[in-house]
Parts: sequence; structure tokens; C-alpha cells
Amino acid sequence: MSGNHTTSHEGENHGSYVSYIVGFVLAVVLTVASFAAVLSKAFSFWQTIAVLGVLAAVQMVVHLVFFLHMGVKSDSQRQNLAAFLVTALMVLIVIAGYLFVLWDAQANMMPG
Amino acid sequence: MSYDATHAPSAHHDEHEHHQQETTIFGFWIYLMTDCIIFGTLFAVFATLCHHFAGGPTGKELFDIKNVEIETAILLFSSITYGFASINAHKKNKGAVLGWLLLTFLLGVSFVALEINEFHELVARGAGPDRSAFLSSFFTLVGTHGLHVTIGLIWMLVLFFQIMGKQGLSTRMQTKLTCLSLFWHFLDIVWICVFSFVYLGSVV
Repeated sequence: MSGNHTTSHEGENHGSYVSYIVGFVLAVVLTVASFAAVLSKAFSFWQTIAVLGVLAAVQMVVHLVFFLHMGVKSDSQRQNLAAFLVTALMVLIVIAGYLFVLWDAQANMMPG
Repeated sequence: MSYDATHAPSAHHDEHEHHQQETTIFGFWIYLMTDCIIFGTLFAVFATLCHHFAGGPTGKELFDIKNVEIETAILLFSSITYGFASINAHKKNKGAVLGWLLLTFLLGVSFVALEINEFHELVARGAGPDRSAFLSSFFTLVGTHGLHVTIGLIWMLVLFFQIMGKQGLSTRMQTKLTCLSLFWHFLDIVWICVFSFVYLGSVV
């Protein structure tokens, strides 16, 4: 199977068995850690939310790099990365803005 | 593969085809980014409404974390099986591509089945989308993800039969497989946020 390895210049863009398996193992470890962090009840509420946030962010990067082959090696990869970063910024503005405005409104409108 | 004789005269043609392929994939990537914004807004809505129970059941009472663990494992496995399909597509191993695609499809179907079952149980317990703002936003967010997975499965089935047919693993077909691969892996990324913030966040 792996004997007829092609040496075309685009090969590295598509990943290999090794890169998929490495990504998969990392994803499993991070997923198990997320579930364990909640089910073990080892942390307080906000600590648990913070741990979940960090683990999810790391796992997203793992998926982006190992499964979606994001990187800076070729022009097309850099284009994809640029489009992604702009989108990530927009999503961040939407979510942070939403939470800020609505929590603030709620705090001001709730009696007591 | 047949690298030798055909290589020199068709080099220019290959380059043209390669460029077109990259443009198509970039266009699809832009679509995915807009989809990302849809999910971003749905997560924002869920985050603001996730404590508005209207006296109804909370996530802690409703969610079956075992079920979520199984769904997560299934999606993760389907990501790697699709990855193996793409590797074989570039090696032009038609049989292996079809095999891995079929396995991915079956995993995807079982994910959707588990999700429909979960939704059905929730509605049967009186915790449907009309019960509270929390449940409305939950069904909208998780349902939108499930709908995407379902559409991905239909797309996968179409590609499966196209590859079996005359076209085989043509360059065009490889482009289609790459687009679906982006779509499929993207949905797994959305699922990371779903299980972390919707399910696990609700039972903390």
C-alpha cells in the first residue's frame, strides 16, 4: 500500500496515513480530557468552562491542521488560512458582542 | 502510475487543470466560512438563552452524556475513515476509496439515527423546541448541524455511485471528493463546540 508513494509536489497537502492517525489520537485524547473534566467534577463551574474552552480550541486547531491540512506551505494553503482568520475574527466579534450586549441588558432589566 | 509517456505533452494541460481544481476548492472553502458564521451566530444565541428554562427541564436533567460520547466517537471515526478515502483517491485505488466511503457513510447514518432518536425522546418527554427558549436554541443549533450531516451523507452517496460509474477517479471527481472532505471535517469541528459547550457545558 504505502509502497507506491507518489513524490508529486502536492503530496504534502493531502496528508498521509501517519498524519491522519496522529491527528486522530490527539483528538481522542483531547475529547476524553473534556468529558473527564466535566464528569470527574474536579473543578468549579467557571474553571470547568475555562478548561472546556481551552480543550475545544486546541482540538479545533488539531482538526484544522491534521484533517483540513491547513498550513502556510503553499499559496493555496495561505489563501485558505487568510479567509479562515477573517472569518474567525467575525465569529469572535459576533459571539463576544452578543454576549456582552445581552448579558448587560439582562443585568439591567432583571429586578433584583 | 502512468507517469512516464503521457507526462511531457500534457504537462501544460495538467497545470491548467490543477489551477482550476484549486480555484474550485477555494470557492468551496469560502462557502464553508459563511457556514461558519451561521454556526457562530447560532452558538451565540444558545449562549444567551441557555439559562432561560421557563420553568421547564434543564440540560442537566435532559441530556444523556453516554449518548453524546457515542455520537462524538462515531463522528471522530468517520473523520479518519474519510481521510483514508481521500488518501486512496490520490493513489487512484478505486476499490479502497469506495470501501472507506461506505464505512464513513454508515458511521454518518448511525450518527444521524442517534440524533433523531435523541430528539424524538426529548419531544416525547414534553421537552420539544416549543417548551422554552433554552430548548428552542438547542434544537435549532444541534438540528442545523444534524441537517448538514444529512446533506453530507446524500452528497457522499451521490459521489459513491459516480465513482462506481464511468468517471471513476477522474480529476473532477477528486475535486468533488476534496470539497466533501472539507465539508465533512468542518462538521466534525462544529461538533467539537457542540459537545463541549452545549452538552458538557449544560451538565457542569
